[in-house]
Amino acid sequence: MPLIEVTDLRKRYGTRVAVDGVSFTVERGEIFGILGTNGAGKTTTVECLQGLRRADGGTISVLGLDPATDHLALTRRVGVQLQESRLPAKLRVREALELFASFYPEPADIDVLLDQLGLRDHARSYFGKLSGGQKQRVSIALALVGQPELAILDELTTGLDPHARRETWQLVEGVRAAGVTVLLVTHFMDEAERLCDRVAIFDAGRVVATGTPTELRATAGASTLDDAFVSLTRSAR
Amino acid sequence: MSTFTKITATEAKVFLRSPFMAIAGVLLPTVLLLAIGAIPGMTEPSEKAGGYRFIDAWVPSLVVIALAMLALQSIPAAVATYREQGVLRRLATTPVHPANLLVAQLAIHVAVALAGIALLLGAADIAYDVPLPKHPLVFLLTLLLGVVSTFSLGLITASIASTAKSAGALAMILFIPIMFFGGVYLPRPLMPAVLQRIGDYVPPGSQPLQDAWVGTGVQPLQLAALAAFAVLGTALAARLFRWE
Repeated sequence: MPLIEVTDLRKRYGTRVAVDGVSFTVERGEIFGILGTNGAGKTTTVECLQGLRRADGGTISVLGLDPATDHLALTRRVGVQLQESRLPAKLRVREALELFASFYPEPADIDVLLDQLGLRDHARSYFGKLSGGQKQRVSIALALVGQPELAILDELTTGLDPHARRETWQLVEGVRAAGVTVLLVTHFMDEAERLCDRVAIFDAGRVVATGTPTELRATAGASTLDDAFVSLTRSAR
Repeated sequence: MSTFTKITATEAKVFLRSPFMAIAGVLLPTVLLLAIGAIPGMTEPSEKAGGYRFIDAWVPSLVVIALAMLALQSIPAAVATYREQGVLRRLATTPVHPANLLVAQLAIHVAVALAGIALLLGAADIAYDVPLPKHPLVFLLTLLLGVVSTFSLGLITASIASTAKSAGALAMILFIPIMFFGGVYLPRPLMPAVLQRIGDYVPPGSQPLQDAWVGTGVQPLQLAALAAFAVLGTALAARLFRWE
């Protein structure tokens, strides 16, 4: 059984249709990418998966649970890194991890987590004093502190410099190696090509293509995923 | 340690690391009391105020200032900042309900308010012989209702303001009338009767506080009004609350 199964998901805000019949599945142990331009419906879809929003139509199963009705059970098993979510500036890194650890029944060892994410030297730093890359590492650490089976990472490397992006990619590969399934939301094609086993390309609230990066390049007759993306999303317009 | 205790302890640490609100909340009422007391004539009995000293009439108003600042300015700003930064949304993806964060903020602010009021009462007694409340239990009950009703109004603002900036603007809509009816701008004995009557029934309950203080009986209806504000305000805040 797939870890995530989305069938014909629909969501509108007033008259604006945000998600218009989206279907895809994610298998256990994959790094699955949701690709699309801004406003393609990626974030809304992910928010429905987390149970933060209620879908207007379609069915969602995450770890065999329905996010709309089993929200609490789901939060214990899914770790989340949200786009543009910050922490109080005067909260220390270790305090943040200890606080979030107290939310979960079987939290990870905080010292091990600090080491894995290269945050040991910043454990006593205030969140507000960290660099962009360090803040992202903290938010990944918070997503992992509950020892989740699924990690949802939204716009993970937006605003990071090239070095910090590459370091962050290595961390995501490490997360998967530890047995966690990863759902990665991004609009960076190089990121998806490097990390994802399979991707779904979103355009205007629909999935226009699903497959491995290699398959999508072949389908579009393109040499890079970037070119494939442009050609696949253009043909759908 | 339970999750709620952990959240409250962590929030308290963060709160004290930007100590302006804590210091202002604890010290401001007392500093104002000393400043008013230094004005000539404030500590002499006045016939205009029915034989009372002005300083006696001012003390309940200083309680109003302390409560209004913490409840109507500080809490909404803190919660709206968390909303603006996505902290509430982030919390909604964990097994912990974000309401825990609200209650923790409430607990911290109430503690600061009570510390400020205790210091004020002590200073007023020592410096100006303003006697301590004659009916301490009734005073405590009234104070509790006053605190909860005022904070429930602040929670409404905290529930709907999407940014710290809009929280500040919204808070003013409540802040000014609460301060006015509480006798902060004009001592209540000098107000027209109709304004005094309105002030008798709105948070934080200057009149019942004063009655409990000087030992004249507290009007049950005024306490009931405060309780109604507390219940309706909290219910409305819970209904209007949103993560973003």
